[in-house]
Amino acid sequence: MGKKLLLEHIDVPGINTLSVYRSKGGYNALEKALKQMTPDQIVEEVKTSGLRGRGGAGFPTGMKWSFLAKPEGVPRYLVCNADESEPGTFKDRYLMEHIPHLLIEGMITASYALGARTSYIYIRGEYFYVAQILEKAIEEAYESGLLGKNIFNSGFDHDCYVQVGAGAYICGEETALLESLEGKRGNPRIKPPFPAIAGLYGCPTVVNNVETIAAVVPIVNHGGAHYASIGIGRSTGTKLISASGHIKKPGVYEIEMGITVEDFIYSDEYCGGIIGDRKLKAVVAGGSSVPILPADLILKLANGEPRLMSYESLADGGFATGTMLGSGGFIVMDESTSIVKNLYTFTRFYHHESCGQCSPCREGTGWMEKILHKILDGNGTMSDIDLLWDIQSKIEGKTICPLGDAAAWPVAAAIRHFRGEFEEFVRSGKSIKDVKHYYRLNGLAEPAH
Amino acid sequence: MEIDKREIRFNDETMALVQKIIKRYPEGRHKSALIPVLHIAQAEFGGWLSAPTMDYVASILNIQPIEVYEVASFYSMFNLQPVGHCLIEVCRTSSCWLMGAEDVVRHIEKKLNIKNGETTKDGQFTLKTVECLGSCGTAPMMQVGHEYHENLTLEKVDQLLDQWKAEGKRSRYC
Repeated sequence: MGKKLLLEHIDVPGINTLSVYRSKGGYNALEKALKQMTPDQIVEEVKTSGLRGRGGAGFPTGMKWSFLAKPEGVPRYLVCNADESEPGTFKDRYLMEHIPHLLIEGMITASYALGARTSYIYIRGEYFYVAQILEKAIEEAYESGLLGKNIFNSGFDHDCYVQVGAGAYICGEETALLESLEGKRGNPRIKPPFPAIAGLYGCPTVVNNVETIAAVVPIVNHGGAHYASIGIGRSTGTKLISASGHIKKPGVYEIEMGITVEDFIYSDEYCGGIIGDRKLKAVVAGGSSVPILPADLILKLANGEPRLMSYESLADGGFATGTMLGSGGFIVMDESTSIVKNLYTFTRFYHHESCGQCSPCREGTGWMEKILHKILDGNGTMSDIDLLWDIQSKIEGKTICPLGDAAAWPVAAAIRHFRGEFEEFVRSGKSIKDVKHYYRLNGLAEPAH
Repeated sequence: MEIDKREIRFNDETMALVQKIIKRYPEGRHKSALIPVLHIAQAEFGGWLSAPTMDYVASILNIQPIEVYEVASFYSMFNLQPVGHCLIEVCRTSSCWLMGAEDVVRHIEKKLNIKNGETTKDGQFTLKTVECLGSCGTAPMMQVGHEYHENLTLEKVDQLLDQWKAEGKRSRYC
């Protein structure tokens, strides 16, 4: 069994309650931080730990914290990004639902380190029942003096609130999230200024993912060096992986970074292999935005060495032969899967979720969806495949926020690695209704039986 | 848009909740309460946001109606048209699709005799497909109000629909 830092006690009955959480050493990190450490020492420990943002970008957390501006007399904020909307990702939901106090403890501890008197947990609206679990945990924390005034008699005051969103993938982008938290449409802001300088209400703000904030607890408890000793290279610590698709044991797994992808897919400790022992066709390793890889490339690097579950190994080979760890949304597809149809569900998603601010993304995502629809309907031409390639290349890097890239990369990768499948589709003139997976676009076409 | 002639007004209890939410933000930043208050308004006034409802929210938060409209129309959870008492939202994105979400949608359509996006004649059910709800490991799934129904099979869907028909199920977020 790999080392568990976040989910160690997840199976303890009642761990969602304050009393059980405390009986397992809960809030020891907060007490240690407030009684024995200065805020700067905590920032240093987080830097030493090598912790990288767990929402998808993988930016070093300690560095992000050290960018926070600290002008006199201006409040600072910590905002937790619990908008988890990247298709294939459900780890934050799992963590918040089952061990909510881990996040609350991380919020208070990180807020102390950053000098934030107030923090907000921005959670996607669909997770309403999870928001209620967090509210309950926060209430318990207030009743026990872990939130509010003079926490652990340290003189540190802190308030933490839950804010629900209302259904918008884009609000996972940190500046869109801040706009939404201010009661506006979730349109990403032009950067700079970055939130560390001008974030929520124009004040210095740090936005971190749920898992990132939770990881602060073991880092404070055991020290940054201990955290850095786990994992491999610059991929330190553990990572929550959301495993889904055609696997025997879908779910959330906390892995030590550095295990092989093959082990993760096939060992009984993790995914347990492919349903029906069918052949593996492809994997989307880090949420819908990252490039899809065919079985041979996800299992092995271009040089034949085994690929590992780490930031560096998954990215090895660039986009030519590699992908990204992203949010850890690990979607497995067996040999029966239509890559073209799967890509269609992704592209439809990005079209639906584009905020509409930048033309390349607003228009391009719609075009890509329509062209894929046309191909799936059996009306595609070979030049449509090139057109798709052309459109994605004109979205990438040309938008205010990374949603444009996120929409472009899956299209590029599907064509790069599975062009033959697109061509076969076009050449055969069949619609997806006639091939293995039937196809239906909401109410527009009759399903084939 | 449907004309809404109802009297739109929160009761004292709801108003107290709204005031509590407004206190979460620094002075002068009460607009931050907009999304939470819209959720409450939608739940209180029939599962959708009519123009009078949005105007009412604007008046409570002391902001312009347009500031409410532009937000309400941006977020997919806000319904700007009436929906059935029980809104069934089936996830259609990759992992759910891989595990048979289309079969679920087709089955519900057949069972309720409506197409995706439509409401049953009795106004009881509305069927909608939505994007990823973070339930990929327990796919396929559907959401009804704040309830997640996961690891769906057609039998399970049948059972739920029969039960909801019998009890006159109402979906609510808050």
